[in-house]
Amino acid sequence: MEKHNLICINCPMGCRLEITITENGGWLIEGNQCKRGLSYAQKELTAPTRTLTTTVKVKNSLLRRLPVKSSDGIPKEKIFEAMALINQVTVEPPISIGDIIIENILDTGVNIISSRDL
Amino acid sequence: MINYEVVVIGGGPAGLAAAIEAKRNGVNNILVIERDRELGGILQQCIHNGFGLHVFKEELTGPEYAHRFIKELKDMGIEYKLDTMVLSLNKEKVIHAISREDGYMIIKAKAVVLAMGCRERTAGAINIPGTRPSGVFSAGTAQRYINIDGYLVGKKVVILGSGDIGLIMARRMTLEGAKVLAVAEIMPYSGGLNRNIVQCLNDYNIPLYLSHTITEIKGRDRVTSVVISQVDESMKPIPGTEFELECDTVLLSVGLIPENELSEQAGIEIDPRTKGPYVTETMETSIDGVFACGNVVHVHDLVDFVTEESRRAGKNAAKYVKDLITNQGKSFNTKPSNGVSYIVPQKVRVDNIDNTLDIFLRVRAIYNNAKLVLKADDEVIKEYNKKHLAPGEMEHLVLPKKLFADKDFDTLTIEVKEAN
Ligand SMILES: Cc1cc2nc3c(=O)[nH]c(=O)nc-3n(C[C@H](O)[C@H](O)[C@H](O)COP(=O)(O)OP(=O)(O)OC[C@H]3O[C@@H](n4cnc5c(N)ncnc54)[C@H](O)[C@@H]3O)c2cc1C
Ligand code: SF4
Repeated sequence: MEKHNLICINCPMGCRLEITITENGGWLIEGNQCKRGLSYAQKELTAPTRTLTTTVKVKNSLLRRLPVKSSDGIPKEKIFEAMALINQVTVEPPISIGDIIIENILDTGVNIISSRDL
Repeated sequence: MINYEVVVIGGGPAGLAAAIEAKRNGVNNILVIERDRELGGILQQCIHNGFGLHVFKEELTGPEYAHRFIKELKDMGIEYKLDTMVLSLNKEKVIHAISREDGYMIIKAKAVVLAMGCRERTAGAINIPGTRPSGVFSAGTAQRYINIDGYLVGKKVVILGSGDIGLIMARRMTLEGAKVLAVAEIMPYSGGLNRNIVQCLNDYNIPLYLSHTITEIKGRDRVTSVVISQVDESMKPIPGTEFELECDTVLLSVGLIPENELSEQAGIEIDPRTKGPYVTETMETSIDGVFACGNVVHVHDLVDFVTEESRRAGKNAAKYVKDLITNQGKSFNTKPSNGVSYIVPQKVRVDNIDNTLDIFLRVRAIYNNAKLVLKADDEVIKEYNKKHLAPGEMEHLVLPKKLFADKDFDTLTIEVKEAN
């Protein structure tokens, strides 16, 4: 039997989770206020990911930076590598919210997309 | 003089939601005035995600959240002016504003919605001894520099205050290659959300020193180091606990204050507890037909609540234009007591409520397994069990009208009752 204490970061409630993994591989969870707590805990304890939000350089626009985000979670250990790639990119208008800025970053299957119109 | 039915001052999430809702409720002649070069308010610089879970049931970044409302406003054909600063407002709802494009304008409104947001407390608002070198920024200013202008304010950073903006900036600067050495928080708990402590500090091994503060900032031209000390229960530094950290930048995340210069000039009564206008159940201030919503009323941590509250203000501004708000009938005041630091609204006119009354409040300290007790004068009318209450997390109560509609009382008191 294995016990873990985590704080769920899926929403601002920030539930304190108590997870027990039983001998035969079952997961018991306490402290979650909704069922997303369990899927968060499973992911966090096996392959943690984070949504990455940052900016890229812009030229030929009044705005100097375009806010971008990852379309899904990126493996935690690849965050800095992803940042280095994103910081090499420069974009130009027109750009629409949701446009792909970098496709399949670091072979994660996740895209970096624009967070606003430009 | 230009005439409008509803004028909204401020084009952040509060102003946008209010204008949209006024239009939905049948008012056509609406103007939104924004001093910045674009709509969206502070959200445009909050590029991280976590907005909109309540309102849209998905997790958006600040600019994405703003985009939805800006698009809706434009699609509805609501008029707005950018780069336009409101200079004054009076009891007759005459507004003076100035812009480079239109020059000086005098605008008369039937109803006004105040949505000017808040500003940050700065170094002047707190007292740190030492020289005044450059390299000391408020966290929001640093956020604007990095996210809008693309300029990293420093390389070795110490953050004072653990509110959400400070935590978000700790991660943001780390991602851009700065080293964040510490976050010092004078209180024994963080003012930020748990999730931000996990994903902004713990993920990057940034230490959080609770019950600690910066007692000295050193450096001649630029900051060279800070001294951090532990504090006792009365928040006095404890001699002998000092340690020094070499750094070139200090970020202050020491709180927000509603922006009420305009409101005060107009003679609107301000609640010393919230530092925002006294408001009623309709979000109306002490001046008839002047409504207020968002951070100008009280500082919110979740933009979703700003949207909810602002929809109410917009809807009621429309009702006011159509003369559908009453000052008659039963009314009562709300009063924070034991453990509660403020309540919004401060006054309730029962006849203006349809089915439910929304109440926002904050508590003074952290409580576990406590109760929020509501009393109509001396009679307990409702108790809410709360697993966890914290000053950093605003509480939202929705009271059914039938709970208080038939009762005669002057004051609704709300207090915290701790578990025995
Ligand atoms: C630096 C900072 C960072 C924040 N980060 C977060 C966060 O990460 N997550 C979160 O949920 N909340 C955050 N908040 C809180 C956030 O402000 C609110 O959630 C929300 O943006 C408040 O909306 P608002 O419309 O009331 O105010 P604002 O967004 O501040 O909008 C007010 C608008 O009014 C305009 N205005 C003011 N005075 C005048 C005038 N005289 N004439 C014309 N226009 C005027 C301003 O330019 C501004 O656009 C942050 C606040 C600050 C100050
Ligand atoms: S368990 Fe559910 S309610 Fe709790 S923090 Fe996670 S997502 Fe939010």
